[in-house]
Amino acid sequence: MAEEMRIVLRNYGKIDPLNIDEYIAAGGYKALEKAKGMNQIDLIEEVKKSNLRGRGGAGFNCGQKWFFAYQTNADQKYVVCNADEGEPGTYKDRLIMQGDPQSVLEGMAVCGYAIGANKGFIYCRGEYPYVVDILNQAIDQAKAKGVLGDFDIEVRMGAGAYVCGEETALIESIEGHRGEPRFKPPFPGVEGLWGKPTIINNVETFANIPVIVDKGGDWYAAIGAPSYPGTKVLTLTGDVNNKTFFEVPTSTTIREVVYGLGGGVAGGKKFKAVQIGGTSGGFIPESLLDTAISFDAMSAIGATLGSGAVFVMDESRDMVDVVAEITRFFEHESCGKCAPCREGTARMNELVGKIKDGKGSAADIALLKKLGGVMSIACLCGLGQAAPAPVLTTLGHFAADYEDKLV
Amino acid sequence: MSYKEIIARYAEVPGGIIEAFHAVEKELSFLPEEAIAEAARVFKMPAAEAFGVASFYSMFSTKARGKNIIRLCESAPCHVAGAAEVVAAIEKELGIRMGESTKDGLFALEFTECVGQCQATPVITINSKPYLDVTPAIVPNILAEYK
Ligand SMILES: Cc1cc2nc3c(=O)[nH]c(=O)nc-3n(C[C@H](O)[C@H](O)[C@H](O)COP(=O)(O)O)c2cc1C
Ligand code: FES
Repeated sequence: MAEEMRIVLRNYGKIDPLNIDEYIAAGGYKALEKAKGMNQIDLIEEVKKSNLRGRGGAGFNCGQKWFFAYQTNADQKYVVCNADEGEPGTYKDRLIMQGDPQSVLEGMAVCGYAIGANKGFIYCRGEYPYVVDILNQAIDQAKAKGVLGDFDIEVRMGAGAYVCGEETALIESIEGHRGEPRFKPPFPGVEGLWGKPTIINNVETFANIPVIVDKGGDWYAAIGAPSYPGTKVLTLTGDVNNKTFFEVPTSTTIREVVYGLGGGVAGGKKFKAVQIGGTSGGFIPESLLDTAISFDAMSAIGATLGSGAVFVMDESRDMVDVVAEITRFFEHESCGKCAPCREGTARMNELVGKIKDGKGSAADIALLKKLGGVMSIACLCGLGQAAPAPVLTTLGHFAADYEDKLV
Repeated sequence: MSYKEIIARYAEVPGGIIEAFHAVEKELSFLPEEAIAEAARVFKMPAAEAFGVASFYSMFSTKARGKNIIRLCESAPCHVAGAAEVVAAIEKELGIRMGESTKDGLFALEFTECVGQCQATPVITINSKPYLDVTPAIVPNILAEYK
């Protein structure tokens, strides 16, 4: 049976998050000291060797990304922590920041040293003012102790926009603008916040860093799935017995998560589907449950690991009803900058609504598939590109739910 | 504190208009037109741009609304956990519909997307404080705290 393994949540529930001395007593800030004793290239090589890949959804190699920013010459560079956590069903970054804020600060400071940045920002979603308070207290304590050296960290708040989790929209938002994504390239590592080289990593990615520096890249690379090593913090919601969170090696299968740690489907009902990675994730049927939760294994079945949200649905759930909620979400959250997303999310919501109301036809289903295909390649950012996934995967795996409603 | 004094506190923060708007909303519950115009002056941007920022983010409102902002999560995990019944219960208790404010100015009622407390759905927040596992039966008790 699947076992938990706590790397990111190593101190969760064990130390007082608002007492830096307890973090230090648990070995905190040793990694930063060790990192500063290495030269920057060796440090980046160590992170590369761990093969740590971003935990914010895109799965980019962390050390590789740091190297781009390190290489770029500039008078000022920035480190940004993405704490926007907007994927419905996800609360792992909140857990990390509430339970062990210093681990995130330490990870950011290591990155700052590696790329040559003396200023960091944490962009925390507006829905978490109580987390912002914790972060500010943690920063004050770290400054008072002098553990961060000349690295400065400031918290900025979002204000309720899912798209601001996208890295370039996030940068726009910190700059005080509407959170509309930029065209890439240039990538933030070259031209980011206020035009300066900027590293943006997810909260969970940063929380992994001190352990990697401490125990070495090889140690980390040997945990979980080789192509996406380490652990992942998962949050279980929906019709599952244990609606809670777990941190597991990335080689753990979906079945082990749902039936092992999750305790199976609630109320003795039968399993119908699980959506992983948040609202933009694909829906997964029973037949694919033996897939590992690692990034590549999930991609191979047309799904995503994404944020690690695990939303379980029992046999009584109508996929069209759930998907209609999701298409509504995307229409609301589309920033409107590019036409394929602005128009596409609206039409998609309209078509799914029509089918849900018993007014749709086979032609509408064909149109949905075509529209989804176009959006996944034509939209400017990941929001519009991923928005069709729940529709297309349910049309693929749960076609009967749609067909039953056609005129 | 007046909105002018509040906004002035953020004048030196690069990109600080969003922080300033949060602070104004904390005091007034919404962003009056004059406050947005003032922010445009302080942060040296055209008024249209400042309005663009104010209207982009769902937590900000350019229309007056009740003092205590009740937000009900309508994302999928809360939806399947029975958010609709909670909506009905709050609407009945307050005598208003989603998107409205009570006549006495005490409450505003809105939908929100996931607020990251999905371990105990359905979820509502009041002035961002989360209330978990909400049922229609406990709605009156929760609201009583703010009356
Ligand atoms: C619509 C959209 C929303 C996103 N939301 C988040 C988010 O809430 N948190 C996050 O870390 N990354 C989010 N991302 C991914 C970021 O753009 C970026 O890839 C990530 O922050 C990089 O950090 P990582 O390499 O550590 O994962 C989002 C991407 C898109 C397209
Ligand atoms: S889905 Fe409602 S709080 Fe997360």
